Amino acid sequence: MKQLVCISSMPDTAAKISFTADQTHFNKEGVQYIMNPYDEWYALVRAVEMKEEHGGTITVCHVGTANNDTIIRKALAIGADEAVRVNKDPQDGYDVAVQIANVARDQEFDIIYTGKESIDYNAASVGAMLAELLDLPFISYANHMTYAHGKASVTREIEGGDEIVALPSPFILSASKGLAEQRIPNMRGIMMAKRKPLNVVEPVAVSQMARIVKYSTPPPREACEMIDPEDMDALVRKLAEEAKVI
Amino acid sequence: MSVLVFAESPEGKCKKVAFEAVSYARKTADLLQTNCIALTLGSPDNASDLGKYGAKEVKNIPNVPEHLDGAIYAKAIAGAVRKTGATVLILSHSSTGKSIAGRLAVKLEAGYVANVNGLPMIENGFEVNSVAFSGKATATYAMESDIKMLSLMSNSFQVEVSGEVLDVDTIEMDLPTSELEITDVKKQEGAVPLPEAELVVSGGRGFKGPENWQILLDLADALSAATACSRPVADSEWRPHHEHVGQTGVTIRPNLYIAIGISGAIQHLGGVNNSHCIVVVNKDPEAPFFKAADYGVVGDLFDVVPRLTESVKKYKASHG
Ligand SMILES: Cc1cc2nc3c(=O)[nH]c(=O)nc-3n(C[C@H](O)[C@H](O)[C@H](O)COP(=O)(O)OP(=O)(O)OC[C@H]3O[C@@H](n4cnc5c(N)ncnc54)[C@H](O)[C@@H]3O)c2cc1C
Ligand SMILES: Nc1ncnc2c1ncn2[C@@H]1O[C@H](COP(=O)(O)O)[C@@H](O)[C@H]1O
Repeated sequence: MKQLVCISSMPDTAAKISFTADQTHFNKEGVQYIMNPYDEWYALVRAVEMKEEHGGTITVCHVGTANNDTIIRKALAIGADEAVRVNKDPQDGYDVAVQIANVARDQEFDIIYTGKESIDYNAASVGAMLAELLDLPFISYANHMTYAHGKASVTREIEGGDEIVALPSPFILSASKGLAEQRIPNMRGIMMAKRKPLNVVEPVAVSQMARIVKYSTPPPREACEMIDPEDMDALVRKLAEEAKVI
Repeated sequence: MSVLVFAESPEGKCKKVAFEAVSYARKTADLLQTNCIALTLGSPDNASDLGKYGAKEVKNIPNVPEHLDGAIYAKAIAGAVRKTGATVLILSHSSTGKSIAGRLAVKLEAGYVANVNGLPMIENGFEVNSVAFSGKATATYAMESDIKMLSLMSNSFQVEVSGEVLDVDTIEMDLPTSELEITDVKKQEGAVPLPEAELVVSGGRGFKGPENWQILLDLADALSAATACSRPVADSEWRPHHEHVGQTGVTIRPNLYIAIGISGAIQHLGGVNNSHCIVVVNKDPEAPFFKAADYGVVGDLFDVVPRLTESVKKYKASHG
């Protein structure tokens, strides 16, 4: 089977978030980038497990600049066979979706994976956009999947619970926690990744319809008020009468 | 020109997320001096109530599958946008909203901003604010497309009653039948889904093990709060995965978040730091969570929490 995993890059979860002096751009200086955890821990690992079970190939696709090649190599070390990088710092989710659709079209992937959401903007938009562009079914927030004879049974998270959906491939899913267990690349994987193909393709033109004009940071919270641990009545009174939350 | 809001009804009923979205849409329509139209899909039994939350018209497309089928839902909503000539489309940033928003943005060639947390600003065109970098910043977007789409972050806009119950107007539309086959549904125990909950009690590794969770459940019960946990707690299967909050779990914005035995790692704060009021119970006075809290209690949770529960019960009994 042919699988495609879309991987994005994020500032490390512990990175200090700051902006350029005019507050219009994120300050990348000194910031470590990582693979989006939903892509790495769940989507990619499930694809690797599927390959172990059913054979075939895994392609990873990233829209970004050469700075992120280390992230792509990590995906190859975890078990993808080849990578495609669309050479562009994407302007928004729509841009990403159009670029990936352009790579995936006519390639007949059986399953295309995205992460549930990117953990920097939490937009969760790329998967559904890609599905519309490629005219494929989209199963969001998949936390379990079995697959046999071209048919998948996918557990998805919906409002207030889980639902199991049966559908034939091809389709797109977004990976949520539970779909697989995180894997750490081993030495052999890292060595092999160096020799796997990383193809760079140029982007297609996309018009931009929403753009960030400014960032702001929330005012710091006021200092925490310490409550005497012996006097929980006082805490309840404050929650009810001062904060008015209960 | 008008504002169309998709009022979702995942279990045959419009609920709080839908009322928030409609209240928000009404305010947006007032700003733009235009009409606010609420759209429901399927057969929700309380669609006419949406008038109370500010819709001036309520429309319904009945012939969609009961289960979520993004392709068909998006077709129906896009059809309604075209029929009503709406130029602003509002959805909830819920599982349902998120799984169809991307499709709609493509279909309508609309600019789309997700996770919006405040009303549009129309002094310079059309701008909206959205949460970025796990609540550590706000990004302001300028939208220039003919049709503008936003999804509203849960609990970031107050439900307001501002109108009357309305008659529901049916829109006829040809729609395909679903090719998705639903083989099983598992509903979660407990009343309120975490993202919608106004009160949340959350536990971390400080509880030592799942056998001690009753202490937390009792407090949650006394408050009628939803329950949550830190990532290691879910990873060790002390609690179900859907309770895991944080940067790699659920992002929430309740009125009250009580964090018990949670250290307050940056990845945990990422999912909860937009809560309106945060209470932290931790035996370590140096725990980083206190820096993000409004009220702090330094003490042993096994001693403090049962007494807190008693105080809540006592307060509720004497204040009705
Ligand atoms: C990429 C990445 C993503 C992550 N995403 C998330 C995420 O989404 N959500 C998340 O929660 N974590 C996440 N983490 C993990 C995070 O870094 C922390 O490890 C985790 O939040 C710690 O959980 P905890 O506070 O329950 O446990 P601990 O850090 O072990 O803290 C336990 C706390 O309980 C207190 N305590 C102990 N006994 C008692 C007692 N008897 N009474 C009162 N207090 C007591 C201790 O003082 C301590 O502060 C992520 C990490 C990484 C690297
Ligand atoms: N630049 C990118 N390159 C490849 N895939 C991406 C990119 N950005 C987002 N994605 C994919 O889309 C998912 C959802 O991202 P988002 O819609 O930004 O929340 C991610 O988990 C990735 O799988």
